Amino acid sequence: MASKLLLSQLRNITRPTHHRLINPNFIFLLKNQTLIHSRPYSDAPQPPPVGSKPSPTNADSAPTHKKISSSLNQAELAKFSAIAETWWDAEGPFKPLHVMNPTRLAFIRSTLCRHFGKDPYSAKPFEGLKFVDVGCGGGILSEPLARMGATVTGIDAVEKNINIARLHADLDPGTSSIEYLCTTAEKLVEEQRKFDAVLALEVIEHVAEPAEFCKSLSALAVSGGANVISTINRSMRAYATAIVVAEYLLHWLPKGTHEWSSFLTPEELVLILQRASISVQEMAGFVYNPLTGKWSLSDDISVNFIAYGTKNIE
Amino acid sequence: MNRAIVRRITPNIRTWRSTLKTFCSDTSEKLHGSHGDKAVTDSTDNVPQYDVAIVGGGMVGMAFACSLASMPLTKHLNVAIIDSNPALLARDNIKKEDAPDPRVSTVTPATISFFKGMGAWQYVQLHRHAFFDRMQVWDYTGLGYTRYSARDVDKAVLGCVVENKVLQRSLLSCMEDSDVKKKIYPSRLNSMTLHKSSLLSGTDSISSEPSGSLAKLNLSDGDCLYAKLVVGADGSKSHVRKLAGISTTGWKYPQNAIICTVEHTEDNRCAWQRFLRTGPIALLPMGDNYSNIVWTMDPQQAADRRSMTEADFLKAVNDALDDGHGPRPQSERIGDGGILAWLRSDETSSASEHFEVPPRITKLASDRMVFPLSLMHANNYVSKRVVLIGDAAHTVHPLAGQGVNLGFGDANSLSRVIAEGVAVGSDIGEMTLLKRYESERKAANIAMMAILDGFQRAYSIDFGPLNVLRAAAFHGVNYISPLKKNIISYASGEQRLPLFT
Repeated sequence: MASKLLLSQLRNITRPTHHRLINPNFIFLLKNQTLIHSRPYSDAPQPPPVGSKPSPTNADSAPTHKKISSSLNQAELAKFSAIAETWWDAEGPFKPLHVMNPTRLAFIRSTLCRHFGKDPYSAKPFEGLKFVDVGCGGGILSEPLARMGATVTGIDAVEKNINIARLHADLDPGTSSIEYLCTTAEKLVEEQRKFDAVLALEVIEHVAEPAEFCKSLSALAVSGGANVISTINRSMRAYATAIVVAEYLLHWLPKGTHEWSSFLTPEELVLILQRASISVQEMAGFVYNPLTGKWSLSDDISVNFIAYGTKNIE
Repeated sequence: MNRAIVRRITPNIRTWRSTLKTFCSDTSEKLHGSHGDKAVTDSTDNVPQYDVAIVGGGMVGMAFACSLASMPLTKHLNVAIIDSNPALLARDNIKKEDAPDPRVSTVTPATISFFKGMGAWQYVQLHRHAFFDRMQVWDYTGLGYTRYSARDVDKAVLGCVVENKVLQRSLLSCMEDSDVKKKIYPSRLNSMTLHKSSLLSGTDSISSEPSGSLAKLNLSDGDCLYAKLVVGADGSKSHVRKLAGISTTGWKYPQNAIICTVEHTEDNRCAWQRFLRTGPIALLPMGDNYSNIVWTMDPQQAADRRSMTEADFLKAVNDALDDGHGPRPQSERIGDGGILAWLRSDETSSASEHFEVPPRITKLASDRMVFPLSLMHANNYVSKRVVLIGDAAHTVHPLAGQGVNLGFGDANSLSRVIAEGVAVGSDIGEMTLLKRYESERKAANIAMMAILDGFQRAYSIDFGPLNVLRAAAFHGVNYISPLKKNIISYASGEQRLPLFT
């Protein structure tokens, strides 16, 4: 799996620039600089669930060249505006993610409206609430949340994604107030930022230390705040669908995007969230119907699932 | 002036910063796009911005606007209605003493509940409207007839006949009484372009993202406005459809329709339709001893009948309805006692009714109007930031009174899809959302159009064996109760697709 090797090599190259600050985890990371299976600490590129992302390897190679010479800047801009098209092109390679987005937003809307005691029939129920979208990518989740009235901060460790997200959000006055930051959850915790709701959809399967990541997510939430995490289950069915079918047969995702051993089962997720003082209140699954091409919410958590939890009141 | 300078500098600063930026370094760079001063209407050229621009303020366009106004999720949307019809801005009431306008529509029970849900039906009830609970269909061969009754499906009415201007005025009043933000532009649409949002229009040549941009509409009186979604409700010759480049399929029928209002001596609560050689004639009750005539025939005859004297025309109408062109059907009943009585065990009540002769027309109460008929279906209902509803998307033959009901169904479906989109924070002009409306309505519309077209062809051929087949069909529908109930509920709009719901 040459592309996966390349992916992990690139992660090694880019990692030092993301972690200039000495932090206790840095030494841990140095130890983990293996080429075959590296799971960078929460700053991996954030591909969508069973959606697809156009060749992250090519995309990642661009930043390294940028550092070397600045004469490629114009070329970079041109390249990234081409990629910007596909991120937000609803008929393009990200189509499955666009189709799935309303379903996960429906879950988020119903659970968070209940959590905050807001009227579910209001057009902007999250007015006045601060949300953070960890691993926001091109902003596919952040923009609808902003349109629902929330004050959204989107963070992603890949700067390209942040730029794309910023460009797209500026096109609609309703979303131009989203704050996009190229940073990690840990850094935000250090800055002592607090949010009413912390969302990390399809991120935790790409993180080196899920337990530590959950602790950061918990630290970002105010006491009694909401956390929403979605990921893929570590089950045989998920192996068959999310990896074999999505990556190898249908080519929705580049090969090697997901690593089955880094998926979490719902029980494990609940446990590590509990240790991070978040109690999971609700969980639901997403099911894809290949005949109609539609995703729907269901009780079936054997492949994609989403969990809503509240941070324990201190 | 300072603000103008700031506006010009700000985009430049952003591009400069983004070219210099390499990696995301330790000091997390904040990329604030807007610096706060971007209100909805605050664009560089001060053009108002709306969420939805409805081009065409006819019945279907107004129903859509009213439906948006009545749902809590969508009533905050800014709506612009573009229609040069002065009746929209006029405030004069419809006088009850006038004879009914010949332009009427038959409103199905599904449409009535749509109106009731929006709170618009109470306005319709203030004006003339006529419910009917019976219908009789037969043809010139006199070999068979079918009678329908609302009691067959345990309902009170089969439909209601309302003048078009009453429907339009009621919807307008309903909208005005709600607190939705709307503006009526009394002009026509000239042109439409997909436009980048003003903030980016001054910056470098990063390619435009059609999915993120707005539609700019230029009107004939010089106004222009931006909209996130343009709804084409401007009728069969839709300008919006042409501008969006949506092609159509269809054909003209070799028939024109004459419509007029007539008076008769008896009260009429039944809808009558007789298929003649050249096309059907329908008599629709309007209350107060008035009825509406829709008579389809070939263009030459239509021109003749329009110009003939009133007395001649009335005689022609009475002939067409009664026993000119062919004999009256016999009131036969299968298995009237004896061996075949078991066939009638599950009969609907209308199957036992005898053939009735329609009321005799005594007076012509309005001008005669002639309209050409055609079938048209747009190949796509949606395009980038544009969606078509009503006659702009499809036109049908009037033989079953379904045309405007399909349009109201479109308006209902589109407003619900938009509400669902707003609930999950989508951009309302986005193709994925609009395609959900299209997939919902296309199947239903095409099914109805195919059936109506089939009927039109079946009844336009005068051929012995085919006449017998049609007579058998009349009898069959009359006596086979499940089939009759299915037809009634499909035609009432309670069922979305024939047979398989």
